[in-house]
Amino acid sequence: MSEEQIKNLEQQFEARIARDEKIEPKDWMPEKYRQTHIRQISQHAHSEIVGMLPEGNWITRAPSLRRKVALLAKVQDEAGHGLYLYSACETLGVTRDDLYGQLHSGKAKYSSIFNYPALTWADMGAIGWLVDGAAIINQVPLCNTSYGPYARAMIRVCKEESFHQRQGFEIMLKLANGTAEQKDMAQDALNRWWWPSLMMLGPTDDKSVHTEQSMKWKLKRKTNDELRQQFIDQTVPQADVLGLKIPDPDLKWNEERQSYDFGDIDWDEFWQVVKGHGPMNKERMKARVGAWERGEWVRDAAMAHAEKKKTRKEKQAV
Amino acid sequence: MANTKNWPLWEIFVRSKNGLEHRHFGSLHAADAEMALENARDVYTRRNEGVSIWVVESKHITASNPENNGELFEPAQDKVYRHPTFYDVPDEVKHM
Repeated sequence: MSEEQIKNLEQQFEARIARDEKIEPKDWMPEKYRQTHIRQISQHAHSEIVGMLPEGNWITRAPSLRRKVALLAKVQDEAGHGLYLYSACETLGVTRDDLYGQLHSGKAKYSSIFNYPALTWADMGAIGWLVDGAAIINQVPLCNTSYGPYARAMIRVCKEESFHQRQGFEIMLKLANGTAEQKDMAQDALNRWWWPSLMMLGPTDDKSVHTEQSMKWKLKRKTNDELRQQFIDQTVPQADVLGLKIPDPDLKWNEERQSYDFGDIDWDEFWQVVKGHGPMNKERMKARVGAWERGEWVRDAAMAHAEKKKTRKEKQAV
Repeated sequence: MANTKNWPLWEIFVRSKNGLEHRHFGSLHAADAEMALENARDVYTRRNEGVSIWVVESKHITASNPENNGELFEPAQDKVYRHPTFYDVPDEVKHM
C-alpha cells in the first residue's frame, strides 16, 4: 500500500471512531492502534491476574465463612476478568504465550498498586473499597471504548466489579465499628492504601504521555486528573460514614469548585514502584513466574491426554 | 518460555435461558472440548448466565472478510421493496 492509501484509510478509520462506530478484530486498523490496544488491554489483564496475589494470600485466614466465600468469589472473578481481557487482546493477533512472556520478563507492566503488601485483614477491606473503587472509576468509561472486544469484556467486568467494592466497604464498616484495636487496624489500612490508590489513576495530565491519542480512540474518556478528582470526591464522604480519617492534612472542601482540594502526591514513590522498586515487585513476579513454571507439566499432561483421547476415538471410528 | 504445545483457542457460546439462542460470549484456551466446556462454565457462567454451553475450536470458524463487505452486504441496501413500508396501502385498510 502506498503512503497516500494508508493515510486515506487512517482518515476513514478515525472518522468511524468519531461517529462512535466500533472497530472489530478483522477490520483494518492503523498499526499504532493495534499496538496501543495490545499494550493497554494486556496491562489490564496482567493487573487482574497479579491482583489476585495480595488477596489470595488472605483467603485461608478470613475471619468468618461469610468473609471467606466473598473473598474467594472476588479472587475468582479477578481470574475471570484477566481471562476475558487476555481473550480480547488475542483478537489483535498476539498469542497468550507472548502476553505471559511479556509479563514474566518484566517487559509488560501491571497496575503499580499490587506491588504493595497486604499486611492485615483490614487490607482486604481497604483494597476492595479503595482499589476496586478506583478501578471502577477507570473502567466504567471503557465500556464505551472503540475496540469491540475490549468494550464487551469491560461490560462484563464492570457488572461484576461492584460487589468487590461493596464487600470491601462492609469489611471496613465492621472493623470501624468494632473494638478500638479493630478500628485502629481499619485506620492503618486506610493510611497505607490511600495514596497508592490515588496514584493508581495514573500520572498527572501534564506527565501523561498517551492521553491525547487515547482520548481520540476512546481508550480514555476522562483525563487522569479528572478521574482522580472524581475518586476523591466520592470517597471522602464514604470515609466519613466509616468514621475514619483520610491521611491528608491538606484535604478540604472547596466551596467554589464544589470539590475537594487535596495534598501533593509523592510521584517519586509512584515512579519507583513502576520501575520495579516497590515493596512487593520482586515477590509478585516470583509468584507468577513460579506458578507458570510449576504448572508446565500439568499443561503438557493435559495436552498429551487430549491427544491420546483423540487418537483413540479416531481408531474406534475406523 | 517453555516450548510446549499450546492449548488451542475455543469460542464459547452460551444460551442464557431456554427460548433464547446461544450467543457468543468470548473465548478461552483448553486442551480439548471437555475441558473447554468446564472452563467455560467457570469463566463465563459464574452468576447463572447460562443453561447451555457450546464450544467450538476457533480454527473451525470461517469468517467473512470486512474487505468484502461491499459485495456481500451492499446489494441489500437498495432493495427497499423487501420491507413492508415500501408498499402503499390506504389507511382504512386494517390488519395489514
